[in-house]
Amino acid sequence: MKRFAALFTALDRTTRTNAKVAALAAYFREAPEEDRLWTMALLSGRRPRRAVSATQLRLWAAERARIPLWLFEEAYPVVGDLAETIALVLPPPAHETDAPLSYWTRLLLDIAAAPEPARKEAILTAWDQLDETERFLFNKLVTGGFRIGVSQKLMTRALAEATGQDEAVLAHRLMGDWAPQTTTFAALVMANDPSANLSRPYPFCLAHAVEGDPAALGPEEEWLAEWKWDGIRAQIIRRGGEHYLWSRGEELMTDRFPEFAALRDFLPDGTVIDGEVLAWGQDSPLPFAALQKRIGRKTVPKKLLAEAPAMMLAYDLLEWEGEDIRMQPFCERRRLLEGALASLPPALPLRPSPLVEITDWQALAERRTEARTELAEGLMLKRRSAPYHAGRKRGDWWKWKLDPLTIDAVMVYAQAGHGRRATLYTDFTFAVWDGPDLVPFTKAYSGLTDAEFNKITNWVRRNTLERFGPVRRVNPELVFEIAFEGIQESTRHKSGVALRFPRMVRWRLDKPASEANTLADLKEMLAAYG
Amino acid sequence: MPVMAVLTFTDMGIWCPAGDFFIDPWRPVDRALITHGHADHARSGHGRYLATETAAPVMRHRLGDISLSTLPYGEVLRIGDAQVSFHPAGHVPGSAQIRVEVGGEVWVVSGDYKLHHDPLSEPFEPLRCHAFISECTFGLPVFRWTDPAEVMSSITDWWAANRAEGRFSVIGAYAFGKAQRLLAGVGPIGPILTHGAVEATNRVMRDQGLPLPVTVQVTPDLDLKAHAGALVIAPPSALGGPWIRRFGPASTGFASGWMALRGVRRRRAADRGFVISDHADWQGLNEAIRATGAEKIFVTHGYTSVFRRWLAEQGYDAEVVATEYEGEALEAPEVIE
Ligand SMILES: [Zn+2]
Ligand SMILES: [Zn+2]
Repeated sequence: MKRFAALFTALDRTTRTNAKVAALAAYFREAPEEDRLWTMALLSGRRPRRAVSATQLRLWAAERARIPLWLFEEAYPVVGDLAETIALVLPPPAHETDAPLSYWTRLLLDIAAAPEPARKEAILTAWDQLDETERFLFNKLVTGGFRIGVSQKLMTRALAEATGQDEAVLAHRLMGDWAPQTTTFAALVMANDPSANLSRPYPFCLAHAVEGDPAALGPEEEWLAEWKWDGIRAQIIRRGGEHYLWSRGEELMTDRFPEFAALRDFLPDGTVIDGEVLAWGQDSPLPFAALQKRIGRKTVPKKLLAEAPAMMLAYDLLEWEGEDIRMQPFCERRRLLEGALASLPPALPLRPSPLVEITDWQALAERRTEARTELAEGLMLKRRSAPYHAGRKRGDWWKWKLDPLTIDAVMVYAQAGHGRRATLYTDFTFAVWDGPDLVPFTKAYSGLTDAEFNKITNWVRRNTLERFGPVRRVNPELVFEIAFEGIQESTRHKSGVALRFPRMVRWRLDKPASEANTLADLKEMLAAYG
Repeated sequence: MPVMAVLTFTDMGIWCPAGDFFIDPWRPVDRALITHGHADHARSGHGRYLATETAAPVMRHRLGDISLSTLPYGEVLRIGDAQVSFHPAGHVPGSAQIRVEVGGEVWVVSGDYKLHHDPLSEPFEPLRCHAFISECTFGLPVFRWTDPAEVMSSITDWWAANRAEGRFSVIGAYAFGKAQRLLAGVGPIGPILTHGAVEATNRVMRDQGLPLPVTVQVTPDLDLKAHAGALVIAPPSALGGPWIRRFGPASTGFASGWMALRGVRRRRAADRGFVISDHADWQGLNEAIRATGAEKIFVTHGYTSVFRRWLAEQGYDAEVVATEYEGEALEAPEVIE
């Protein structure tokens, strides 16, 4: 574990990409093969099956630290991370050992089925053999959520550097559902067997945001435009007589969207389609709230299937007749896509996402303003000649989102942040006027600079009216411009509205609270865009 | 037996009725006893000040022409019906706990304190008392300091690695207290550069005879090339501003108890966080309080309500007192404290 802990410390200490890649590549050259495999798994969001619940971990840690559970719970939000809180409260280890990372992951796999006393004994013994950083990492193995500023792409780059393999090939091999228990480093990274994993999706091609005038992208004829839908980006894979649905977050969603099973009879084997899964109404998408009901549900009741049926609007064809066609120009892939889908029965939930005509940039800019009525987030611009890149690459794909909606609101409650912002007030509740009253309608916690949060924190301390645990009610004086992507009706909120992706864009030092917006203004937006 | 109020808590500060004086008041008063020279404890505008001999020079430097008398550690002074004495708090050079005795009843005001070793500050002296007024800046069980000697050697390792690459090592530390503790702790590793605010305090402390290594103040006409790879000590706020640009691609670090938290380390966007504090950690607070033998504990600044509940569960009669002390601020608002 010491080698893995040293890698973690090196990665955690630097923000420089090159330094991270170098540290990872050195690790991938030197660490035992099983440790390498586990490291790859952890950095791509895989972890051993959860052997212990978070509740058990907290109880055992508090007990071992000889503190009451309430005290542990008070410290947790200050630290902002359960694994770290536990690592910090435990007494120093009695006797340190240096077993490799794979020893600890195997231990967790082994105890998963053991009775509780045995699991507790194993966890307490582990804690007593690991130093603070190692404990933190061990706890992360148990709880998951291993985020250390290393993207899958960066890891793949380091792996390519360490093994001499092609980066794009590696990126593809690391997709899909592999686990360290069922493969080896040699089989996963070094072997070249295309049939190894039929369910494997391709790395998604991602876009950068358009900055400034899209006319800078050059002649209109070189581009195709389509709506940027607000759903779940996904790939449908039809191979080996089966079908698979993968989200961009590399989650296998096949069983959650049973409506796509019918595609098996119509799509030929060796087909992979990139598109957006949406909840679908008569002939247009339903608001995101409808899809939200289906996210996170492993099984879907009939009623929900009828209320929020899924549809995939296809953007791209990545594999056709068993051949990887990602290097063909986009306009050619698009032609093949349209051909492939043309013969499908119209009742099937798969159709091409319509292209938006580009006569000139000016006209397209106007068309973009209609995105909200189309229930889209904006436009996507794709170069006709572009291949389907792995990951986010500048130049060929651009997202041109709508400008957000905005409203000026008064801060009424403040709460301290978590983790890196534990000492600052960063989470605020905002209200708008309803006659003489202020009605809270949203929370927001991002969008300001640290310097601004510092100033606001000092202000909050001096302007607290009431405290409810960690929350302070403050003088309704400060006005902020809140931006958001959408607005929906809500019965759960007193204001009657719920916002999508609210964040602060500006501290309106120029505005007194009396000039903030009103509930009527919000209702008007709801009527127009809800 | 009910504890007689040797000290009471007013909205101007901690007041002793028997002697009619205040301890570390935050509003102007006639007579102020000061635990130490940090800005939240030693404020301007009081009629008369009383502090330890070691604390006096920095207070004069910070507060200008004040009417200040001094008292050596341990010496008892009678003020009205109160017997007053100052005892080392281990926080910064000259820092004191103030012991007040009235009619056999003893109360102690801790000011800020720490139990860990510091080469310049007089070591913390445990005092028996009936009531103890304690800070609890780091009053949560997640704060446990590592041995300061270990931290100092990790600072020198960091500096040596950067020097080998020809890079400056710029470390952010409070201009009064932390900066000098680092200077004395890292030892004579060859001229160390300092920000003007740190150097001003250095000068005061050297004049009073405290052993600090040689430092060179950074001025616009200092030849930085001649000092390539040096360790630079500056107030935390200087690391976020234009001042630091002159050092090129320097490695940056912060020295603070808050650096124990990964989230805070990451937010400060420095390359390194060194966990070193002039306040007591969780073990230190508990140990200090136990050693007083006091039944009555008042907690002033820090995680007061949590720490109070913990103390109450340990059998103490514990209370939170609202004060205007600030503890170890993470975002030092001013350069000179
Ligand atoms: Zn202090
Ligand atoms: Zn203080």
